[in-house]
Amino acid sequence: MSDELLRLDALQLDALREIGNVGAGNAATALSQLINRRIEMSVPKVSVAPISDVPELVGGAEAIVAGVFLRVFGKAPGSIMFILPRESAYVMVDNLMGRVERDSLELTEMDESALKEIGNIVAGAYLNALAHFTQITLLPSIPHLAIDMAGAILSIILTALGQVGDYALVIETEFSADMGNSEIKGHFFLIPDPGSLNTILNAIGVWNDG
Amino acid sequence: MADTIKVAMADLKVGRAPDTLISYGLGSCVGIAIYDSTTKIGGLAHIMLPNSTQSRAGENNAKFADTAIPILIKEVVRLGAIHSRLVAKIAGGSQMFNFSSSNDIMRIGERNAEAVRAILKKEGLRLIAEDVGGTYGRTVELILDTGVYKIKTIDKGCKNM
Repeated sequence: MSDELLRLDALQLDALREIGNVGAGNAATALSQLINRRIEMSVPKVSVAPISDVPELVGGAEAIVAGVFLRVFGKAPGSIMFILPRESAYVMVDNLMGRVERDSLELTEMDESALKEIGNIVAGAYLNALAHFTQITLLPSIPHLAIDMAGAILSIILTALGQVGDYALVIETEFSADMGNSEIKGHFFLIPDPGSLNTILNAIGVWNDG
Repeated sequence: MADTIKVAMADLKVGRAPDTLISYGLGSCVGIAIYDSTTKIGGLAHIMLPNSTQSRAGENNAKFADTAIPILIKEVVRLGAIHSRLVAKIAGGSQMFNFSSSNDIMRIGERNAEAVRAILKKEGLRLIAEDVGGTYGRTVELILDTGVYKIKTIDKGCKNM
């Protein structure tokens, strides 16, 4: 698998970036409607990175983040992880809940549900784009939430990849929204399971065995 | 001058006093610290998976418990530690997300810890302290001056063992 990832050519990476672009666009629209704010979205980055470098993408292994994790089922299974710095997660739920001040770092059960739902909406938007390009139906699992160090949270997807290689294909989009006196930032990761990448590339007609 | 040597995921490093070996944000991974208190030489491995049997040649040996531990021992011995004096402390192996699924990858933390214990035993190392399991991340630090293995969490406190 590692070798296959390193052999991806420019056309294939472009195709994946385009899927990421449309997916992130859908996700940003959904998110923007949810929080009633304009969302700025970066052009998705598609990279093949050593597994141990992935936590650096979200501020380092020790950065405290909220992570919403979903498994993707269907012909091209994979994982989706939506990661926000802890402060951004608070700003987002407080905004959703109409809360003006936060007096504790604890999230209520309702806050946690809201964060999971945000992850769910973003993932659904992304998967729709992927399904549109590939004609493969992909279904997300229920969302799972954890708030902890980024390295620890990402370990769930990285260990799965580590079983077959030393590299991860990361389709990464950065979000931000101006919330008046604060800002929300987030990272969205789509990580196909080993084998799924071939299925996706085949489906969009850019697989080259030669 | 004491250095802080960073050990990345799927990596291992060795050193001697007054240096410190540190690895950030372990989830299901296990941080294995081995130490010889006489020479104050030690090593830290950050493993991701229990065994390398499904792996192919050329892959990173520091990623798996079964291949990382023998290398870690060899490297500290090369620096001057004595095998029979080495003791081990381990931390990590948590389950970050709570799934009802019995899927193996979801239980990976537990399997990592089991594999590490078995391999340490096989290599003849005494496991003198462990802080494994739970649902939270850990940063681990091996202070080579004292052999203290320091475990930091975001809201479960900090402990020295």
